[in-house]
Amino acid sequence: MRPFDYTRAESVSAAAGQAADGATIIAGGTNLLDLMKLQVETPGQLVDINRLPLAEIEETDDGGLRIGALVTNSDLAAHPRIRSDYPVLSRALLAGASGQLRNKATTGGNLCQRTRCGYFYDTAMPCNKREPGSGCYAIDGFNRIHAILGASEHCIATHPSDMAVAMRALDAEVEIERAGGDTLTVPAKYFHRLPHDTPQQDTVLEPGDVITAVTLPRPPSGEQRYRKVRDRASYAFALVSVAAVVDVRDGKIASAALAFGGLAHAPWRDERVEEALVGEAPSAALFDKAADVLLKDARGYGHNDFKIPLARRALAATLIDICSMGDEA
Amino acid sequence: MQTRLTVNGEEAALDLDPRTTLLDALRHHLKLTGTKKGCDHGQCGACTVIVNGRRINSCLTLACMHDGDAVTTIEGLGTPGDLSALQQAFVDHDGYQCGYCTPGQICSATAMLAEARDGWPSVVTDDLTGAPALSREEISERMSGNLCRCAAYSNIVDAISEVAE
Repeated sequence: MRPFDYTRAESVSAAAGQAADGATIIAGGTNLLDLMKLQVETPGQLVDINRLPLAEIEETDDGGLRIGALVTNSDLAAHPRIRSDYPVLSRALLAGASGQLRNKATTGGNLCQRTRCGYFYDTAMPCNKREPGSGCYAIDGFNRIHAILGASEHCIATHPSDMAVAMRALDAEVEIERAGGDTLTVPAKYFHRLPHDTPQQDTVLEPGDVITAVTLPRPPSGEQRYRKVRDRASYAFALVSVAAVVDVRDGKIASAALAFGGLAHAPWRDERVEEALVGEAPSAALFDKAADVLLKDARGYGHNDFKIPLARRALAATLIDICSMGDEA
Repeated sequence: MQTRLTVNGEEAALDLDPRTTLLDALRHHLKLTGTKKGCDHGQCGACTVIVNGRRINSCLTLACMHDGDAVTTIEGLGTPGDLSALQQAFVDHDGYQCGYCTPGQICSATAMLAEARDGWPSVVTDDLTGAPALSREEISERMSGNLCRCAAYSNIVDAISEVAE
């Protein structure tokens, strides 16, 4: 690790002010410290926000929940309302990392975690995300875990979070306080970016922005599932994951929200897939058609070609599971 | 950085470079070498300790972030003459070969059993709203953050199962 100055923030506005001046915010630190040990991240100043009062889960006026940015992944997954009303989020959190990591990892930090692309992690290699303009060796290199949708000629990295995929399906919103005191709310849809020609920017956060909470709207109707396909049965990042909220009524799909992990630089959601399903009776042919819509522009880069048929099968398996449950209910 | 920790019930005052991880503070500054450094990247779990009741990877957190916190290491769970139930079960079930991952396994399992008593679900729990029973599958899933290079997993699960009952 390179030397750094360490301070503990007295308030959100103080942390935002320091971050605007170039400091890096640390919460759980499970990703940031790993990257600092490898000198992928070399902050000159760390601002520790762990003692700020941002660890509450509160009911909102419209029947949803407001999750403080410092609520740990463990506490969020075990919260009674999350388990009963937003099981897709509880399942996604529990599918991620290990018990030890979930005890430290926070809601805000999880959203800000960096890709696990091997070239991003290896400072001897070029990487446009780590060092803009240096090139992307993953495109013609080892790219088994990389994106098949929404990538660019500058970056084919994926976002590693499970939690963010569930939040995307649930239409969560991210609350942010800016340096200077302004606050804004960013829908999950816009929070994570596609790489385009600026892959160094994972999110829309600007220097001096502090995530203060994530809000969930009132629980959606229908069934919820999180299906994660990975190399090991536990403690591995997703090759493909599906967060699904589907309501089946009178034998037809009344509503559907589907978000995907492991496919892109951001949690991937394509409303055209959902439009292809709504109003139709569940069937294998329908699910295949939905996968055609999802994967119309998919592109493999060699090692990750398998993700295209895998995404198709993961979508079908998730829909078969969730629709049959819906019929029984 | 002036950092105060309560480690295994004893107060410790340290003056540390901010870069010092909690793991290095325990091993190099407090000479508590029961906690092991395996990967130093949060992947193996050998460094697991219990901070304010929660198991964490001590390699992935800075000691200065824990000023005022209570830390329990393997040395605080039992002694050779007075083993904790899990320590005794690991001996009885041969829950190790080389032993390097064992302190992390036992710290992790100690806190994991408390998590289960608190009703925390895991990803293999069928009913998220029910009280989970610690089947072998549940124990394996909940312990997946602790690797055993010798692959003594079946005996580790046996040991934890005995204490869970």
